[in-house]
Amino acid sequence: MSLRITCPTCGPRSAEEWIHGEMFDVPDSITNTDEWDVDRGFFHNNPEGLVQEAWFHLYGCRRWVVITRDTRTDEILS
Amino acid sequence: MNEFWEAKVALQWGTLKPSYDVVIIGGGGHGLATAYNLALRHGITNVAVLERSYIGGGNSGRNTTVIRSNYGKPEPVRFYQRSLELYRDLEAETERWMMHDERGLWWITHTEAGRRTEIARAEINRAFGADTRFAEPEEIEREIPGINMNPAGEFPVLGGSFHAGGATARHDRVVWALAEGAMRAGVDIIQGVEVTGLKVENNQIVGVETTQGSIATETVVSAVGGHATSVADMAGVRLPIRTHPLQAFVTNHYEGTFDAIVASIDLGFYVSQTARGEMLGGAHIDPQPSYSRRSDHHFISSIAKRITALFPFMGDLRVLRQWTGSCDMSPDYSPVMGRTPVDGFLITTGWGTWGFKAIPAGGEAMAELVATGTTPELIAPFSLDRFAKDRALADRGSSGTH
Ligand SMILES: Cc1cc2nc3c(=O)[nH]c(=O)nc-3n(C[C@H](O)[C@H](O)[C@H](O)COP(=O)(O)OP(=O)(O)OC[C@H]3O[C@@H](n4cnc5c(N)ncnc54)[C@H](O)[C@@H]3O)c2cc1C
Ligand SMILES: [Zn+2]
Repeated sequence: MSLRITCPTCGPRSAEEWIHGEMFDVPDSITNTDEWDVDRGFFHNNPEGLVQEAWFHLYGCRRWVVITRDTRTDEILS
Repeated sequence: MNEFWEAKVALQWGTLKPSYDVVIIGGGGHGLATAYNLALRHGITNVAVLERSYIGGGNSGRNTTVIRSNYGKPEPVRFYQRSLELYRDLEAETERWMMHDERGLWWITHTEAGRRTEIARAEINRAFGADTRFAEPEEIEREIPGINMNPAGEFPVLGGSFHAGGATARHDRVVWALAEGAMRAGVDIIQGVEVTGLKVENNQIVGVETTQGSIATETVVSAVGGHATSVADMAGVRLPIRTHPLQAFVTNHYEGTFDAIVASIDLGFYVSQTARGEMLGGAHIDPQPSYSRRSDHHFISSIAKRITALFPFMGDLRVLRQWTGSCDMSPDYSPVMGRTPVDGFLITTGWGTWGFKAIPAGGEAMAELVATGTTPELIAPFSLDRFAKDRALADRGSSGTH
């Protein structure tokens, strides 16, 4: 569903103005550098619940915003 | 499912036993086809399919039913062509009508680069057994009803590929027929049971925890669509999967006949007509990983603009229904099938927005793997360890939307 993300500069704006940023989520248990690269490139945390993620306000002020979102409902908590 | 179909299709629901040879998690097309093949091809019937909701309630009952094999690399072309051929025989084999209709699929392009891609696609398809050829704009104008050859002035139709094997089939009927066949052979299919944990001892699966108690088993096949990572987490297995919403819609009845399946590569949508006469359309996934199945207005307004540019007649139709599924997207847009680092824990995932067409061949191959212990050659390229081995099968241009 379409999100409305609140930008500190521009106010609430629809998701079409934003680019979803990467979530860096390599587990600490991975220490081997080759394994780290494979995990970084391909593997993911994909939680059904709260995630912290960055969005880039491309068609706006061009700044990064970090939000907390519930992936089950797309509700934005902060 | 309504009573009419309960009566027509002889569904006999199982009851949970304390142990099974094989437990399949997920009553979508892939889980059911695996059970069906285990029972009918390999005589393995001490099998349970555990579905937390109702069979076909996931993506297998929400898709736009396109079956095709016009992929861009040898491995997927071969695999999907096998599935396309199995679909041709599935009605006769199960003695159930699935409204399978091999009407042909057009992939239209509006750019010079797209032209080159579709010419190359036709070549590689023919080399590996799929029936695809390049088509010039004149043929497209002649063959596709109501097409605007110069939409919005910016997107002239510059050609495309015609995939003669392109087909559709009624999704719920596929699900029910496979379930019925498996049940008749003795498989327990149980709705309303959720898997909540997996028991692993010495790196070997030994059991499954459910909302109706524990089950002992040494073989688990996870076929849970968008929930692949949640179930794999229970065995401590990390997957290259992210879940994204995918939306689709149908319009009211269109009086004309639209006897083709058409996708515009560059405008990013595809459309076909259902047996009821509705126009059925879809596009890309939503950008953020999410399990939400709420549909939105942005999707419908943006796809409407693009569709009516190529098909102005659709501007007179009304959207009747819109819905969403949760897609298990892989990084290379190819499936992930087979073993995992935990013995006895097998997966069939990475079906993203493209896995309906793969149900017969996916089930056939997963059942063979379970029954023989050997990964069939057809699916070996899609193994989980391909990412670490630098053998990802990037094929986004062939999988993108349907
Ligand atoms: C809008 C849309 C359009 C699409 N269009 C096409 C198309 O045109 N062509 C094509 O080839 N593909 C298409 N697809 C993709 C296709 O629908 C899927 O890839 C395919 O149906 C996947 O089947 P599956 O059996 O793997 O998953 P699903 O059908 O999603 O089944 C998984 C099942 O697992 C169950 N489950 C999940 N977690 C648990 C648990 N813990 N315990 C028990 N059960 C659980 C779920 O309830 C669900 O029923 C489309 C998808 C969508 C959403
Ligand atoms: Zn802003």
